[in-house]
Amino acid sequence: MTASGSARAVVRRGTAITAIALLGIAAVYVLAFDYTPIEARQGMAQKIFYVHVPAAWSALLAFSLVGIVSALYLWLKDPRLDRFAAASAEVGLAFSAVMLTTGPIWAKPIWGTWWTWDARLTLTLFLFFLFIGYLALRAALQDPAERARFSAVVGILGLLLVPFIHLSVYLFRTLHPQPIVLKPSAPSLPPEMLRTLLVSGSAFLLLYLGLVTIRYGLAVAEEAAEGRADAT
Amino acid sequence: MPSSDGAAEPLLAATGLRRSYGRLRVLHDLAITVHGGDAVAVAGPNGAGKTTLLRVLAGLARPERGEIRIEGRPLRRDAPEVRRAIGLVSHHSLLYDDLTLTENLTFAARLYGVPQPAAAARAALEAAGLGGRADESPRRLSRGLAQRAAIARALLHRPRLLLLDEPFTALDAVAAERLREELRARLREGLGLVIVTHHLGEVWDVASRIAVLVGGRWVCDEPRSGGIEHFLPRYQGLIGD
Amino acid sequence: MIEWLRLALTVAGKDVRAELRSRTALLSAVVFAALVLVVFNFARDPTALAAVDLAPSVLWVTFALAAMLALNRAFTIEKENAALDGLLLAPIPREALFLGKLLANLAFVGTVEAVTLPLFVLFFNVDLGAALPGIIGVTALATIGFVTVGTIFSAMAVRTRFAELMLPVLLLPFMVPPLIGAVQVTARLLAGRPLSEMMGWLRLLALYDVVFVILCSLAFTAVVDE
Repeated sequence: MTASGSARAVVRRGTAITAIALLGIAAVYVLAFDYTPIEARQGMAQKIFYVHVPAAWSALLAFSLVGIVSALYLWLKDPRLDRFAAASAEVGLAFSAVMLTTGPIWAKPIWGTWWTWDARLTLTLFLFFLFIGYLALRAALQDPAERARFSAVVGILGLLLVPFIHLSVYLFRTLHPQPIVLKPSAPSLPPEMLRTLLVSGSAFLLLYLGLVTIRYGLAVAEEAAEGRADAT
Repeated sequence: MPSSDGAAEPLLAATGLRRSYGRLRVLHDLAITVHGGDAVAVAGPNGAGKTTLLRVLAGLARPERGEIRIEGRPLRRDAPEVRRAIGLVSHHSLLYDDLTLTENLTFAARLYGVPQPAAAARAALEAAGLGGRADESPRRLSRGLAQRAAIARALLHRPRLLLLDEPFTALDAVAAERLREELRARLREGLGLVIVTHHLGEVWDVASRIAVLVGGRWVCDEPRSGGIEHFLPRYQGLIGD
Repeated sequence: MIEWLRLALTVAGKDVRAELRSRTALLSAVVFAALVLVVFNFARDPTALAAVDLAPSVLWVTFALAAMLALNRAFTIEKENAALDGLLLAPIPREALFLGKLLANLAFVGTVEAVTLPLFVLFFNVDLGAALPGIIGVTALATIGFVTVGTIFSAMAVRTRFAELMLPVLLLPFMVPPLIGAVQVTARLLAGRPLSEMMGWLRLLALYDVVFVILCSLAFTAVVDE
């Protein structure tokens, strides 16, 4: 199969996975509104948690994969790994952006403030900036080998930064007690909420995989087009 | 001119060198062997891959495939000592404008662990005829003198293999002849030379072998024989494709 | 190991000597730091908050911004002189080369900090007193952290067109943990708090330094070798 032919196949596969994922998310909406109980203190606004939390998880997964796959790239030098890392970064950026917009939308009615420096929101904000830095560096480098090597280094260093961010935020918050935060991810979650959360988590995971596959396929198509241009 | 120690371990033995830039392959499974006393002139049109080849041989760029052995030892990232046998004279002088010539060469001597670096630096500058300018910045030097300083720097650590990238560029006739004399002296000392050139005429009298690179492939690799007048038409034919 | 250190010091020494000759980056960074302090002074309402409450933040934001300016120097000098090949040709392990660049950067940034601190004391009328040794210590710890990551990122940024923009975009997230730690410890030192209250932060700073010095040294070859 030609390069652009296989690229189309990959994009088709990715689109299929994404479609299933979107159906899953639609199901989550239904579950969230009809199936799960209304949370006592936060009311309807709490329901955004079913989108907010899995989006954050997906962003973190995307970021971790960028780091791990970058390390593999530096070891194995397979350009497919670099392509995957770049695709994961773009999708991760999108998820972080979603999380950073749904977060404030949720926070305002609950806590009366658009932004809180709670652990999850802060970490996602950092992921957002790390993704941007990674993608900005890639955009600024022309040589594919150099671009792959440099962004791999940033990916790995970024992944190792995450525990330090976590630790700093944790230390910071224990010394600066925030207003009593109602954390819906409290251990005693009613089973309906837990199930809906798991469904949502799976749907978002599928969405991540689908979008990364599409992006990967597009990258293959781009390179195939460039290859033809080089050859002429 | 046959090499003096043809039976000994070659100074440089490279095989199967492959290097790409993105999807563009620049070197196609190249091989090259250099013995002490050899002077290989590498010629070819622009974009043939000559400079890339030199960078790969110097250990500055890693080939995707292939092996390079310097005096029998493989040139690898984790064996920095092997680089000690190599000297490079490239388009860039590798000198810092904010330091004097003496400081520049002393720094280079220290990098290579040359004993008594400052003395070695001064001696090298004297030998290159730059003793009077030793306390000046490289930016004040003419092209010919800067070239001499770059060569002095490259030879400080007594490499066995000297790689030169278009060293005759922008040199006047006097400086060019001086350079040829310098190279012949090195050959007599048993160094091996690889000289990338744009202009075969400048290097013809020094070279013992002529190799022509076109599109990342050798189209010619043979001992120099006869005058350049006989070779030039053939050369035009080779690079004309 | 000794040879390694000698090579690193040789590289660092060359950078320091070259910078002392031209002094451009050093002076710019120092002047910048002074100006930032002046701006901070006018940007606050003196009646609202005591200087000593704001002091740690002001000091560390200034240090961080000035460091960003100074950091680009180590690799622009190689780019300007097209001299990086000279360093890569030599039989030096890349980790030693990184260490040399790191030491040179620490010297630059350390100098800027050493000049900024007295200015800070002067402008903000802060009495360091017994806190001075502690402040020097925490400054060293935090500076090692962000200069290490800044060194490897500046090696990358210098290959892009807008190095001065690329470096902050890449580096600022990495500066946050050392910065938080430094500000927290500085605040406690100025308030005369006991050492036990700072141990968590100091451990964080030390761990950050160890992890990133090792990691960046090992990753350096991926940046400079083609």
